[in-house]
Amino acid sequence: MVANRIEEDVLVHAYRVMKRIRTFETRISKEFAAGTVPGMTHLYIGQEAVAAGVCAHLTDNDYTASTHRGHGHAIAKGAEIRGMALELFRKGEGVCKGKGGSMHIADVSRGMLGANAIVGGAAPLAIGAALSAKLRAKGNMAVAFAGDGATNQGTTFEAMNMAVVLNLPVLFAIENNGYGEHTGNEYATGADITKRTKGFGLPCERVDGTDFFEVYDAMERVVNRARTGKGPSAIEAVAMRWHGHFEGDPQNYRDKREIEKLRKTADPLVKFLQRVEADRLIDLSILAQVDEAVTQEVSEAVDYALQAPPPNPAELLTDVYGSY
Amino acid sequence: MREITFRESLNEALRQEMELDDRVLLIGEDIAGGNGGTEGAAGSTGGILGVTKGLYLQFGADRVIDTPISESAIMGLAAGSALTGMRPVAELMFMDFFGVCFDQIYNQAAKFRYMFGGKASAPMVVRGMVGAGFGSAAQHSQALWPIFSHIPGLKVVFPSNPYDAKGLLIQAIRDEDPVVFLEHKTLYDTKGPVPEDSYTVPFGEANITRRGDDLTIVTLGRQVLFANAVADRLKHQVSIEVVDMRTTSPIDTETILESVRHTGRLLAVDEANPICSIASEIVSIAAIGAHGSLISPPRKLTAPHTPVPAAPNLEALYIPQEQDIERVVREMLGISQPVIA
Repeated sequence: MVANRIEEDVLVHAYRVMKRIRTFETRISKEFAAGTVPGMTHLYIGQEAVAAGVCAHLTDNDYTASTHRGHGHAIAKGAEIRGMALELFRKGEGVCKGKGGSMHIADVSRGMLGANAIVGGAAPLAIGAALSAKLRAKGNMAVAFAGDGATNQGTTFEAMNMAVVLNLPVLFAIENNGYGEHTGNEYATGADITKRTKGFGLPCERVDGTDFFEVYDAMERVVNRARTGKGPSAIEAVAMRWHGHFEGDPQNYRDKREIEKLRKTADPLVKFLQRVEADRLIDLSILAQVDEAVTQEVSEAVDYALQAPPPNPAELLTDVYGSY
Repeated sequence: MREITFRESLNEALRQEMELDDRVLLIGEDIAGGNGGTEGAAGSTGGILGVTKGLYLQFGADRVIDTPISESAIMGLAAGSALTGMRPVAELMFMDFFGVCFDQIYNQAAKFRYMFGGKASAPMVVRGMVGAGFGSAAQHSQALWPIFSHIPGLKVVFPSNPYDAKGLLIQAIRDEDPVVFLEHKTLYDTKGPVPEDSYTVPFGEANITRRGDDLTIVTLGRQVLFANAVADRLKHQVSIEVVDMRTTSPIDTETILESVRHTGRLLAVDEANPICSIASEIVSIAAIGAHGSLISPPRKLTAPHTPVPAAPNLEALYIPQEQDIERVVREMLGISQPVIA
């Protein structure tokens, strides 16, 4: 049992990450419906185990480049909930001063190089970050999060090939959530994602992205490749999204029963708890304390963000250049 | 002072900055001789442009990185490494290839600082050839600087001579922002005085290459050479001031306006296509900022609104030439046109 080797604090942290994502985004969904969240918002609910399982192997000195569905990646990489809430509500104290919003949320101090509103935009950036890591030679690495949709973008292919050619310390974490916007992966992807990725010369393993332990274990098998100069690799984590492409998406392209079934059978948090309980991995009372703390943390963060002031009007013209 | 070519001047700038700062690295197709770096003659050639000649042999494959023909991945390597502390200089060969990878430049690198609330930047340089004149036709000859100049977050540099090429490139490498560095393909073998020591030419400071009283020509890149030649040829009839913009983002509005206020006449010359050209911007700056000083309507001289043709005779017509500049100057000043034999 690989899971038995995972230290308790790693498991508690992973649970906290997943709980934060779920609680934060559930509240954001409600706020969006109430009209308090400007712009577009893409929620990660249902995919929490991917971000948690991948980032459990990373430190602040490793880099992640993310997608338009990036809140989960930011939280898993250590971004503060309060700064994120402020950013989503476009407030001046936001992690990006309210100038990035949901689709550009970033915490570079944590190595989180930004959500990315361009599908396929992140993989080329991740290989660039991996190039920095390679030249510094301190065993750090980069992760490119990419959805199934992004695997049909040439930019992702170019990045994969370049990573192999230059032997870069990068992992392509492909999250197959079933849909690229409103189009099903089965229609849009002409071949199996894992097989196609292997075609670039990348080792790639398909895992159940709703199972933290599967993602964690698969990562463990490949992460040392990057850290010891053996080159890039990939995982395909399958985890259907529960929400629409964006909040407000009526999801007419999906059978409502599909979503009900996901909630009942493929909830990453429930699956985590079941495993923890079955294998007696952690005292459940510890996780109950996490629940309580996260609920309070999210509630306080969002309440604070809602009443916080917008950016100062002078901010319109700042941060365009270092000097001009 | 010793004279070296524009190409040698760029090479020297890269070499000196790489010696000074080990974060500076070069990325591009064949820049290390192909195949990830080739010893001997191939390794010293420096790819198609020859600008990186010898640098692979001096700095090795970690810092002079040969890549496949994958422009988006090249730009991603540059933007991502710049975002994480490196000082990459990417060579795109022909700037026309921006079309393949523009997302990484204008959606990503140019916007990091703003989108991330001032907490990140992409200090990178993208170099490449621009311009018509070699019969390279529509996809290898364009003048795309108006497009780059339009993007907030990017700086755009277009040197006209070897001295500026070295100083502007060193400034570009040290700059905190992403810089698009344009090299006109007809200028690589031009020679001029270049100091051996390292120096910078600041951005946003135009260079007055000819002093004059009767008419201002504002231009950039190769066209500066044409404008200078016209000013010299007509100097006994008319006194022309030539302003070399050096950078199109930022634009040295002050120098342009001072010159136009002094001469009262403006001719803006640009090899770019006319709509939203840099010439259009210059005319707009003058119309707004020097209206009361203008003796005659400002004029624009640009390429026509067409792709670059392949046939030499058509390409020659496409490019604003010395004689075109002279013709417009004569029209503006009421000097009779030379009789064509």
